[in-house]
Order: sequence, then structure tokens, then C-alpha cells
Amino acid sequence: MSKLKDKLLKNDLIKKLLTNDKVTLLFSLFKANIRQYGMFIALIAIMTYFFFATNGISVRPLNVNNIILQNAHIIVLAVGMVLVIVTGNIDLSVGSIAAFVSAVAAVLMVRQDVPWQLATFLVLIIGLLAGAWNGFWIAYVKIPAFIVTLGGMLIFRGFTLVVLQGVTLGPLPDGFNRLSSGFLPDLIDGSNLHVLTLLVGVVFSAFYVISMVLARKRKEKYGFEVLPVWVSVVGALIVIFAINLFTFTLARHRGLPNVSIILFIVIAIYTFISKKTTVGRHIYAVGGNAEAAKLSGINTRRTMFLVYTNMGLLAAVSGIIFAARLDAATPKAGELFELDAIASAFIGGASAAGGVGTVFGAVIGALVMGVINNGMSLLGLGIDWQQVVKGMVLLLAVWFDIATKNRR
Amino acid sequence: MASNLILEMRNITKEFPGVRALDQVNIKVVEGEIHALVGENGAGKSTLMKVLSGVHPYGSYDGEIFYAGELCQFKDIKSSELKGIGIIHQELALIKQLSIAENIFLGNERAKRGIINWDEAYKQTIGLMKKVGLDENPATLVKDIGVGKQQMVEIARALSKDIKLLILDEPTAALNEEDSTTLLKLIVELKKQGVTSIMISHKLSEIERISDSITILRDGKTVDFLDMKKDQVTEERIIKSMVGRDITELYPERHAKIGEPLLEVKHWWVDHPVYDRTIVKDVSLKVHAGEVVGIAGLMGAGRTELAKSIFGKAYGRNIRGETWIKGEKVDLKDVATAIKHGLAYATEDRKNDGLILIDNIKRNVSITNLSKISRRGVIDENKEIVSTETQVQALKLKYSDLLQLTKNLSGGNQQKVVLSKWMYTAPEILILDEPTRGIDVGAKYEIYTIINQLAEAGKAIIVISSEMPEVIGLADRIYIMDSGRMKGELNKAQASQEAIMQRILSTKVEV
Repeated sequence: MSKLKDKLLKNDLIKKLLTNDKVTLLFSLFKANIRQYGMFIALIAIMTYFFFATNGISVRPLNVNNIILQNAHIIVLAVGMVLVIVTGNIDLSVGSIAAFVSAVAAVLMVRQDVPWQLATFLVLIIGLLAGAWNGFWIAYVKIPAFIVTLGGMLIFRGFTLVVLQGVTLGPLPDGFNRLSSGFLPDLIDGSNLHVLTLLVGVVFSAFYVISMVLARKRKEKYGFEVLPVWVSVVGALIVIFAINLFTFTLARHRGLPNVSIILFIVIAIYTFISKKTTVGRHIYAVGGNAEAAKLSGINTRRTMFLVYTNMGLLAAVSGIIFAARLDAATPKAGELFELDAIASAFIGGASAAGGVGTVFGAVIGALVMGVINNGMSLLGLGIDWQQVVKGMVLLLAVWFDIATKNRR
Repeated sequence: MASNLILEMRNITKEFPGVRALDQVNIKVVEGEIHALVGENGAGKSTLMKVLSGVHPYGSYDGEIFYAGELCQFKDIKSSELKGIGIIHQELALIKQLSIAENIFLGNERAKRGIINWDEAYKQTIGLMKKVGLDENPATLVKDIGVGKQQMVEIARALSKDIKLLILDEPTAALNEEDSTTLLKLIVELKKQGVTSIMISHKLSEIERISDSITILRDGKTVDFLDMKKDQVTEERIIKSMVGRDITELYPERHAKIGEPLLEVKHWWVDHPVYDRTIVKDVSLKVHAGEVVGIAGLMGAGRTELAKSIFGKAYGRNIRGETWIKGEKVDLKDVATAIKHGLAYATEDRKNDGLILIDNIKRNVSITNLSKISRRGVIDENKEIVSTETQVQALKLKYSDLLQLTKNLSGGNQQKVVLSKWMYTAPEILILDEPTRGIDVGAKYEIYTIINQLAEAGKAIIVISSEMPEVIGLADRIYIMDSGRMKGELNKAQASQEAIMQRILSTKVEV
């Protein structure tokens, strides 16, 4: 690495570039986030591969829509799981909690005729309480999280079977199902393109540009270094292009699915919490060094409790999304969800030792797995080979992490 | 060239990306002597020893190593061990859950075809322990013996490999006076048995006591070689070579006015968090504004436990007693409350309790006072950068970037980050637990200066230190603690090492 740099430094033009403060700033930013960019680039490479391998079927509007629907429940879990992993722990019970929550929702709606809105609200509370149950044993009784959540995995799976009496319950009310499989209504009926979806893309682009400009202004006010204007402009153009390509693709089908709105809200909220709030800071501090965090005045127990309670809430969201897509609650729902969520977080750069990991990374991790699953299905490869590939991807991603870490 | 040289390293140069850690270093060690290697942190001592022991293999450095008369090119630790070079690292490399015998023969088991002969292993362990003056059951788990004895086990392990040259990297850093003395005696004893030693140490008094010659490194270069017999060697001389300047006064002068009492602790009792044992017994203490109070004592005297229990009950169970701040009785029920009342506690163990090593400087500093830079739980990162930068610059932290990870800083700079994070809470009362452990003379002086500035600004400061000269040099008043009890109080005029030791020892007789 350093030898390459020496060689490059001999070239005058490159030397000028490399010794330019702003360019070095760019490099150091890239280096600090190499893992995230690495996975992002890998995701694009994988998508490109499947684009050619499937003769473009993989990026057809219907398929893009499918990828979102098929992975939404895992993405939601991965967002909660990465916070758990950042604290240096694990949660094995999320699949069972998701199943339990969907079972209770189905019983309420189908057998008790509870309105779907109320049922949804109630089961979110149940998820929260299930998470709090885990959190209580982990944070306040100090039983290792692996054991508590392994217990939770069995307990909530058992409850699921009890509630459903071992049978699948469905169909579920239309309103409930639309949470997952519905689409945004359009402004103009009968148009080939979904106009509202296109509009959403434009509004988001504008929002992105404005917030970026404001962030630059704030930095300049403090007299900090900012990236060169051209870098920001090129970056913004790429992001705007990506957003609108995405919305345009979906607009050619039936527009944005409702579940994409749920996903966006969840990802936005948790990115904000983990990056910008004191609670987020506490989570990273506890994972980085629990004793130092405690001696710095952080209530480490409450932080752990909150992280697990929150995981329960997101498991409930995941269960609702899954049941709504399936139009039924089944006793086997949610099996192995926990492992997919954990794998997503690790692929996305989280460290098992704690203190490291991002919401964005976990989402990318979940998408990497989702896109591979989807692509392999299109190519006619079965679930058996998909498992092998998923395992290899997990291994390679973590190996990449370790390899780049050592070089830094 | 004297023929009895066991080791000569010539023109050793070792580069890491961006840094030249060693620059044409030369060192000569005479067979059968104790050679001290001194220098500030980052001077290249450990790197030099890693080159010698093959941790940095041949080819990754320039220069030549002559050992026992031949040119050596070690490719790993195993190959240097085969030649009789053993290294004992600063951090103990024992597996605590295994027995003494298992540790001594780890990776070198007394075995035939993979089956271990335990009788033979135990017999040899007893023989080796005798050599280092240990009298323990070979089956005792390492975690059940003290740190001092663990160090002896390390040495026994080295001896099991038929070592002729023993390298010790700060062997007494984690030991108390008593264990240190035993260890130093052992090194002298080994010398009589023909083992040559190279000892890296920051404790100049130890070096003066046992070494025959000294090589001094500074900034990766050999700057001085001293022969204890021929040269007039004094502490000042060594320090001068180490830092390249005169430190006329090791402890800078302080002009603080002592004011009202800020913190008072009355009849403080603390039980062990797990075992049924009382760790702190009926301790009372007082510290005034502008005053530096020292707490002296041996390791395990209960000083850290006392400090942590005062600091928001961060240690212990069943805590009884009263805390008064500025004449008002307060209940410091958790760390956050203690911080709110103006208390700060800089931990003894920087790496395990003090810093989040995988996190950057900025976030390590701001963690103690996030409310300062946030509104309704949302952090203003720009404000954070400005305020933490001001703080670390006030303490003259050497860093390239606020986003540098703290694990990559030197010991002295890590300590400055710890101090920064506590200054960030604008405290009135600071408890500094072993503030200069494992850091070099130059950085120590800077820390002392900071302590003085704080006192001059009217803060109350408690310094816990196992190095008696430090307590004596710094403190206006000294408490002496032993076995969980306060066993005496000395003012600056009365303070001497003898007076402190006498109080520690007399209490032992008393109990």
C-alpha cells in the first residue's frame, strides 16, 4: 500500500492531487468507511452480474418490487439486530417473537374480529413487552444474552404453537394485508407510469440536495474543511440518479409498495438515532467498553434494556410485515429469521466484539443476501444452493473486514 | 572488541509505514551482566527487543545481530528461543484458567506421541519453581496466585527452555514494592547462574540498584551507553539523556491557595461486590479547594475500590458512610449523580476502564458530558468537534486527527485523553488513580504540570499512586492506606518514604 503510494508520488500531477488537502480529506473519509463502501460496491457488482446472467430480468420492475417485498421483514430485523450486535451481544429470539406476534394478530383479527388497526397496535405492544422480557433478564439479572434469547426463542415459539393450536390461520383482513402487499395510490388513474411515485423521487432528490447544502454551510460556519464542490456535485448527481432510477423502475410497475414506506421510516429513524442522538452514542460506548462507559456516567443497564426492548418492537414490525405478505399466520413463520438478521449485520460490517456496526451497513447486508437469493431463483437454482452461497458470502464479507482492518 | 560479548546488534534500522522506529541503533551486552534498556515511550525499546527475539523477522529490518559469536537471522520467536533467547512481555502471557505446570510447558508439553506425562511435568515444574523462589503446588491455577507470583511463573517458563539471554519488558510495572524487590533479587540470582538479562524499565531506582550497564534510546537512536562501574551514573544523568534536556525539578512548583473543604468522606465502609469480605473499613478523608492530597499504599490496599465506591458507587456492595460536598451531605447514588456534583474519577486502568480504545479521540472525550453538545438528545457534531478540540489542545495532546482511534496513541497521550474527558465535565473534585503509570518521564512531567494548574484553578485533587516519590513530590498532604483502613496522615514536611513505609508496616503488626 505504502509502496504504491511512493510510486504514485513520483508522478507530478498525481503528487499534486495526493498532497491536496481536500483530496486527502476525501481519501481519509473513504478509508474510514472502506468496509461500508466495499459492501455497497459489492452489492452493485452482484446486481450487475445478475443483470447480465438473467438477460435483464433481474432489474425488471416486477422483480425489483419482489426483492423489496421478499426482504422487507429481514431488513427491519437487521436494523434492530445491528444495534444489539453493537452492544457486543446477540438476539436469537427475534424469529420466534415475529411468529408469536403474527399469531396473536391473526387470532385477534380472524377469531375475535378485532379491527386490524387496533390489532396491529396491540401486537406492537406485545413485541415491545417480549423485548423488555429479554432485556430485563440480560440487563438487570445479568444472564448472558445468548442464553436469555435462546430461552426466548423456545418460549415464544412455544407460545406461537399454543396460540395457533398448531394450525395456519388465515386469510387476514385486506386492510392488514395492504400494509405489506399494497401500493401507494396514484394521482392519475390509468396512466402507464405511476405519477406519485415519480413525484416522491423528485421530492427526495430535492430534500437530499437541500440537506447537503445546509450541512456544508454549517461546517463552513465552524470553519471546518469541506469536500471540494465538484466532489459534492458529482456525489449528489449519483445519488439523485439512483433515487430516480429506482422510483422510475417501480413507477413502470404499480408504484411504490406500502412496505417500502415502512422500511424508509424505520431506516431513517434508526440511522438518526444511532448517528445523531445521545442514546445512540451510549449504545456504541457500551459496546466499545462497558466498564469505561459505566465510569463515564452512562447507565449501561438501561441502555442494554432499551436495545433489547427495541429489538422486540422491530421483531413485531417484522412479524406484521411477514404475515401481511403471506395473508396468514403459520406456526413455522419466522424460523431462521434471526440468523438472516445476524448475518446481514455482520455482512454490513458489524463486529462481534461490539462497538462497531451501522444501520446502513446492515441494510446493505440484508440486500446483498436478498439480491443473491432472488438472482439465484431467477437462474433456477434451488434453496439448497442459495444456502451454500449465503454462507460463503457471510464468510467472505467478514474475511474482507479482517483483511482491510489489518492493513489500516 | 571485548570477546565476552553475548550480544551485539549493529546499525539496526526498522521502519513502519510512515515512521522510522529504529535508526541505526547499536547495543552491546556483555555475557553474564544485567543490561538496562531505557528511554521514553516510543523511543524504540520494545521494537528493538522484538527485532532481537524474531517477532520482527530477518528481512523486515536492516542491520546485523551477533549473538554468542555468530551472525543470527531469526525468522520467528521459535528460532530465537532455540538459540536461548527468551522474552517476557509487559502484559503477562499466561492463561489464567490453566495450572502453573500447564502454563510453564504450554506449547512445549512433556509428552510422547501427544500424550502428556504429568508426573514428569510436575516434577520439572517444581524444579523450575525452586529456581525462581516459588513454593506452590504445580496444579494451582494461575488465576489463584498474585500478580507477583504470576510474573515468577513467566520467568520459570522462560527458564524451562534453557534460556541464556532473558529479555524483560517492564517486569515490575504491575507489581507492588514487595513483589518488585523479590523479582529484582531473582534477576540478580539468575545472573549468578549465568543468565544474562536485558531489562526494559521506567523505574530508574531499580535500574540503579541492579544493572551493570545501561543503553539509552531516544527517538529510535542510541544516545548513550553507561557503565555502572566506570561512569558516574545518577538519575539526573539518565533522565537528561532520555529526554534530551535537563529536568532540574522532577515535580514542578505549585502556587495554589488552599481554601474550603470541597469533599469530605466520613466513616466509609464498602463490601466486596461478590464475596463476603469488607474491602474498605471505616475510612474518612477530606480534600480542600486548591489542595493535592495523595493516597499512598501498596497494591491491593483498597485505594481504587475506595475511589470507585465514592464515585457514584461504581464499586462494591453495602456501602455505608457519608459523603459531603461543599459542606452539604449528598447521596452520590450513581456515576451520573457524582458527575453532576462536580466529581471526576480518572481510572487506574486506562485500557480496560478508561478509554473506548476502538473509538476516536473526539467521542472518547465527549462521552462524559453529551448534554453539553446536545439538545433534546440530539448531538450537534460540529459543536462537539470544536469543544473537544479545545479541550485536548489545552492539555497539549499530540494527535494528528480528532478521529484517530485512541488505541493508536502512546500511553502518555492516552492518559491525556482520559484527563481531557474528565476536564470536559468541568469538575471541582478530581480523583486521579495512578495518573502516570506506564508513561515516560517527559509525559509524567506534563501530567504533573496539569495537576498543578488544576490545583491553582481551585480544584480539589486526590492522587492515588503506588510510587512513593510521586506521592511525596506532588501532595500537600498524604493519607496512608493499608488493608482497607486509613493508617495515617502526613503533611508535606513529615513525608518521606520511610515514614510512609513505617505506617504501612506498623499497621500490619497491629492487625
